[in-house]
Amino acid sequence: MAEMDEPVDRQVDIDPALLRGLTEPRLTRRQALRMGGAGVGALSVGALLSACGVSGTASKSSKATANGVGSAAWWKKQKQAGILDFANWPLYIDTSHGKHPSLEQFTKATGIKVNYFEVIQDNAPFYAQIAPTLRAGQSIGYDIVVMTSNSFQLDEMLHINNWAIPLDHSRLPNFAKYAGPLVKNPSYDPGNRYTAAWQSGFTGIAYNPELTGREITSVHDLWDPKFKGHVGMMSDNTEIGSVAMLALGIDPATSTQADWHKAAKLLKQQQADGLVRQYYDQSYIKALENGDTWITQAWSGDIYQANNSGYPHLKFVVPKEGVMIWTDNMLIPLHAKHPVDALEWMNFYYQPKIAAEVADWVDYVTPVPDAKPILLKQDPAVGKSPLVFPNAATNAKVHQYYTFKSYNDFQAWNNVFQPIIQA
Amino acid sequence: MRAVRVRLAPYLLSLPGWFWLGLFFLVPIIAVLSVSLQTGNPDTGYNLTWHFSEFGTVLSNYNGELVRSFLYGAISTLAAFVIAYPMAYWIAFHGGRHKSTYLFIILLPFFVSFVIRTLSWQFLLSDNGIVLGTLKNIGVLPQSTHVLSTPFAVIAGLTYNALPYMVLPLYVAIEKIDRRVVRAAGDLYASGAQAFARVILPLSSAGIFAGFLLVFVTNTGDYVNASILGGPGTTMVGNVIQNSYLSNQDYPTASALSSILMVLLLFVIWLYARVFGTEAVEEAVV
Repeated sequence: MAEMDEPVDRQVDIDPALLRGLTEPRLTRRQALRMGGAGVGALSVGALLSACGVSGTASKSSKATANGVGSAAWWKKQKQAGILDFANWPLYIDTSHGKHPSLEQFTKATGIKVNYFEVIQDNAPFYAQIAPTLRAGQSIGYDIVVMTSNSFQLDEMLHINNWAIPLDHSRLPNFAKYAGPLVKNPSYDPGNRYTAAWQSGFTGIAYNPELTGREITSVHDLWDPKFKGHVGMMSDNTEIGSVAMLALGIDPATSTQADWHKAAKLLKQQQADGLVRQYYDQSYIKALENGDTWITQAWSGDIYQANNSGYPHLKFVVPKEGVMIWTDNMLIPLHAKHPVDALEWMNFYYQPKIAAEVADWVDYVTPVPDAKPILLKQDPAVGKSPLVFPNAATNAKVHQYYTFKSYNDFQAWNNVFQPIIQA
Repeated sequence: MRAVRVRLAPYLLSLPGWFWLGLFFLVPIIAVLSVSLQTGNPDTGYNLTWHFSEFGTVLSNYNGELVRSFLYGAISTLAAFVIAYPMAYWIAFHGGRHKSTYLFIILLPFFVSFVIRTLSWQFLLSDNGIVLGTLKNIGVLPQSTHVLSTPFAVIAGLTYNALPYMVLPLYVAIEKIDRRVVRAAGDLYASGAQAFARVILPLSSAGIFAGFLLVFVTNTGDYVNASILGGPGTTMVGNVIQNSYLSNQDYPTASALSSILMVLLLFVIWLYARVFGTEAVEEAVV
């Protein structure tokens, strides 16, 4: 995977299949691993060990805030080490000939050597791997990990276990200056106390206008009886729960259990009426391309890539009721060995020039809107795309996911929405 | 001294095997059983509380998925058998010197990853794909027909993916049959059908058992086919276990379901062995 050619040049006529291969979204890899028997076996063992290896150690676990980790005084004592261990998702950074130009520039500018690990395939299994180590009060060997805003595991890291080091914003001037409104002060991490966004994406609706026969503007179109048997819904239960709440005019971020039940009722109705073709993971994009689904819940980056790889007719819409935004966040796990180097990188990444390089390759929503003028010059196709640089109208419609307060809260959500997917 | 060593040699030689079995079979099984009886959550940790009611809860929540898994497992095993037996028979008796070529052809698609193969089925069976699209265009099928997201698609996928596991043991068993026995049946005025039913089929029972065992156990616990080819209403117990483990971090539920699945599978195999005789089982194991 590492030996990839230059980032996709959209001016040149490349074989669509090759293009698709090159720009394959990280979620495809995420799914591939989840499906792969070997991978699952390995993960299950990790999960199992984490599950049975501990008994009631929560009280012992060191918490960041308890012993002053992350305070101004603590940060003052930390020194730059010249090394950064960075754990990220596969295919999620600019890559050229097996190297990552943005990281190389960072090393050149700061002298910090970066060890880049593409080890995160999904939030839950990754969390299962690192949790036992963190619980034992040891370093997991990474100074930055990237986790998603609509995952319970991020809530576990930030709020439930306090396993992230509060950031020293005095060392992140570029974040203050360049971070966009979408990623500043998010509901899952007020004041960006622990996190700085890596990339974001929207969960909206995609459709095939030839098959729907009309324009789609509303989340209610997912409930249109005309599309019976051809509506794609997602198998991630935070996604289906959230879209149903948008349909009911409820903001998922501030929803209550009563709202969840109302949303579940709407989803059950949709299923009972035979509207739902399937609850898809990443494969929803294939189903849309094949014409099995006419209208589907969709992730913005995927539709951008489908448009560039032989399916230009597919459309992504930000429904008028609102659109969900998910964000993959960089955070410094507790006991990280090189926290200052981690901050250095975060600050470096938030320069428009660097963010533009990564955005040009990754095609998701960059946290740095000022990267736009740069990309308009270097790669206008990406610079102009509303899926990489959303406009103000889109920004006004974004909704954050519900933040889980505890494991019981998470279980309550699962108990409401999981039976719909696993019918 | 030497005699002792000679007597101990077989045991010593089998030590790596026992070690392997202990490490990768016993330890995980005990761990699974233990987790199924624990309560707690991933953040505060789990405690062994002998929480047996977990089993009742998962049985009442997921009995539908369990029954469906066994049904799909059984149907796909039978289908695989019906398809595989003639193949194995033909290769064994009429394959001539190209036997290994034919076997290789059967195995060829299975050099591709399981997931990719199933995804190709998704491509083949899509509403406007090569098969359905063509049939719809020439008017054989109504426009609204779809195969994906139906139980048929899931069972077809299970059957296809299990085919070599059925063909190979059947082939081995049929290949071993002494032709003279079949000829003797003919000499004793058995018709072709009688010779098959009373000589060939019983003599290949070890292969049939091995094939059933491999396919039924694998297919009943499968989750890939249901998640790729299925739709609402085709969720199998494997999907529930996978999801509980990997997404919901609900380890007790996943472990309890795994244990139930394992016990039920063992019971079905035991039943089979009782009905069809244990010699077949022993032969199959050998």
